[in-house]
Amino acid sequence: MVDQPKYKTSDEVDFVIIGSGAAGGILAKELSNGFRVVVLEQGPYLTEEEFTHNEIDILTLDKLTNHPNIQPNTFRKTPNDAAKRQRAVLYGRCVGGTSNHFTANFWRFHEIDFKERSKVGEIPGTGLVDWPISYADLEPYYTKVEWEIGVSGLAGASPFDPPRSKPYPMPPLPVKSSGVIFERAARKLGWHPFPAPMAILSQPRPGRSACINCGFCLGFGCEVGAKSSSLATAIRMAERTGRCEIRPNSYVYRIETDAKGRAVGAVYYDAARNSQLQKAKAVILSANGAETPRLLLLSASKQFPNGLANSSGVVGKYLMLNSGGISLGVFEHPLNDYKGFAVSRILHDFYELDADKVGFHGGGGLDARFDATPIGFAFSMLPPGSPRWGKDFKTVLGHNFTRTMEIFGHGTSLPLETNSFSLDPEVKDAWGLPALRMTYKDHPDDVKLANWLNSRAMELLEAAGAKQKWNYPIGETQFGVHLLGTCRMGNEPKSSVINPDHRTHDVKNLFLCDGSSLVTSGRGQPTMTIEALAFRAADRITALAKRGEISA
Amino acid sequence: MNESFDRRKFLAQGAGSLTAVWVSTHWPSLLTAAAHARKMASADLPKLEFFTAAEAVEVDAITARIIPSDDTPGAKEAGVLYFIDKSLTTFAVDDQKAYRKGLPALQARVKEMFPAVATFSSASAQQQDEVIKSFDEGAGTSRRSRRAQGTGQNFFETIRQHTISGFLIDPDFGGNRDGVGWKLIGREREHMFQPPFGYYDKDYPGWQPNDAEAGKK
Repeated sequence: MVDQPKYKTSDEVDFVIIGSGAAGGILAKELSNGFRVVVLEQGPYLTEEEFTHNEIDILTLDKLTNHPNIQPNTFRKTPNDAAKRQRAVLYGRCVGGTSNHFTANFWRFHEIDFKERSKVGEIPGTGLVDWPISYADLEPYYTKVEWEIGVSGLAGASPFDPPRSKPYPMPPLPVKSSGVIFERAARKLGWHPFPAPMAILSQPRPGRSACINCGFCLGFGCEVGAKSSSLATAIRMAERTGRCEIRPNSYVYRIETDAKGRAVGAVYYDAARNSQLQKAKAVILSANGAETPRLLLLSASKQFPNGLANSSGVVGKYLMLNSGGISLGVFEHPLNDYKGFAVSRILHDFYELDADKVGFHGGGGLDARFDATPIGFAFSMLPPGSPRWGKDFKTVLGHNFTRTMEIFGHGTSLPLETNSFSLDPEVKDAWGLPALRMTYKDHPDDVKLANWLNSRAMELLEAAGAKQKWNYPIGETQFGVHLLGTCRMGNEPKSSVINPDHRTHDVKNLFLCDGSSLVTSGRGQPTMTIEALAFRAADRITALAKRGEISA
Repeated sequence: MNESFDRRKFLAQGAGSLTAVWVSTHWPSLLTAAAHARKMASADLPKLEFFTAAEAVEVDAITARIIPSDDTPGAKEAGVLYFIDKSLTTFAVDDQKAYRKGLPALQARVKEMFPAVATFSSASAQQQDEVIKSFDEGAGTSRRSRRAQGTGQNFFETIRQHTISGFLIDPDFGGNRDGVGWKLIGREREHMFQPPFGYYDKDYPGWQPNDAEAGKK
């Protein structure tokens, strides 16, 4: 850790950023080049030496993630149902946020993701709209993510890729056995597999190792800095400017406004649960697609009775979680896919499906992976009907661990107004604040897409000669890790929360940038786009600040 | 000192490879973490802190039916009993009541099903399996069942999950003694790996676009 400035809460810094994850980290890095920045992170500041391979810490104790005992969620399918207490979201709760533990699949969105509404027309009952920006607007920032944060991949390998201004800064990661099986079978079927773009280093960078293939990747923090988390990248760069303070264990619960309706700072509980107000000239929320809308709703006041920046009434609405399905196969010989990162091959042949042919709207991609660690594998990845204990359980466990692979289908979710995050009227978190309530019911097309992708995955496993294959049944979505669309971007203040500069329509010095900003869901891999948006937002916000248009 | 300690080997290998730059800057903190983990792993004769000696015999017997010892080591050799005992006084305190209520219920079931048998541990393997079957409510698997579901479930599911965890956890963290669980599943106990990883990627010629592949035929 580099020495950081320590600002007083009474110092009016230029920017206070809430959240240090994929978006917050990049905004901190970019803005601290010229401005004084405080980043408030609700979780602890853990570093590489504290990241271990302890599955209990990660999968049972939520050492890196939100814990349902201190931050309970509630869930209901529709606004007419009573919400029940159950875990609805999983996100990183430590410096670096979810980028510490994610899979690191780093697909760019394609042109269609930004203008799908224009192309397919209205989809009744949904809130599908175009973005106010295009792929071309974001392209330079995708490139910036790849080069500055570090993405491995092979440009031009997929015939479906959108145009790009530069190749990847480093070659793809090595292929895994799951990738070879996937590639050979997909080609038999006439599809176009290619090396997965991953935010994991295939070559070392200053202060960071290349991937050592340790096998504890999804869910875990990278102990050699090879995973391109905000912790390993943007946060460190922000610290080196000498103008950025990362303040962990700071749980923001309110954005304070003055009589003129301007944000004056962020109010948070520090580690000792004392309330503090960090003053700032401007406030940026990058708390993720669940906590950003929750914080706006928690900031309701006489002046903003429906929540801050919510004159449109759409804060928290149009939640998209990405549809998808998982198929599994067992092969004759050991793949040893537990070695390495999760994904080495993907395909985008189904990115834009023809609704007239398939009977539903949407599209997606498939990836070949193995992302389980031993305990999680034993709990969840034996074939259906396998014994759960005893000699036969031991036999199948011993045989299958090295011979199993997964195919993930990732796809679109349609934005529905009733799918949302809101404040639970009864359940409180450990600080006495209203708990996050999720309301979610899949659009029927999302379910059809998930099943359709599962069928393609089963075809692939068949073509690959899997000895056994199955998939998890597609159930109703009641849990999310991709938390998207809940403060959507748009030109129209009546139907969106932020403008294309990420500035809220209602509060001039309040900006939002994270998964909540997305207008459509993309095809299942949002982080690359969240990071590109953060680089772009930083440029827009810097320009506004330099023109004196934030404090004016 | 445990010379097979994998983090040490990792450090030694790392210093000569691609990771040299990273490892040299992080050497002191890595050594601290390694020493701590080694201390945990080398506690060879753990003392029971939660279970009584009598309870320990029963718990050991139950775990031995979940992952039996046959021609390869099972839960017993992996020290699962000690892992569970330690868990119940540390991170899994909330599960104590499952054991406090579950163990007597299990003994009652033994008496009910086999009146001549005094305890679960003194029942035959076949009788033990029948008792367990009567408790196992089964469960479908899903992606989400990868994360242990925590408290509030039936006793058998709790001890089943604890047994599997103690058998398969990274041996640096208080279970899976001598890595016997990982040996069973074929997971090598190294801290870093190099490709080729498995059977199907060992003769991979390198990525070619679809057309090039077709041209070769």
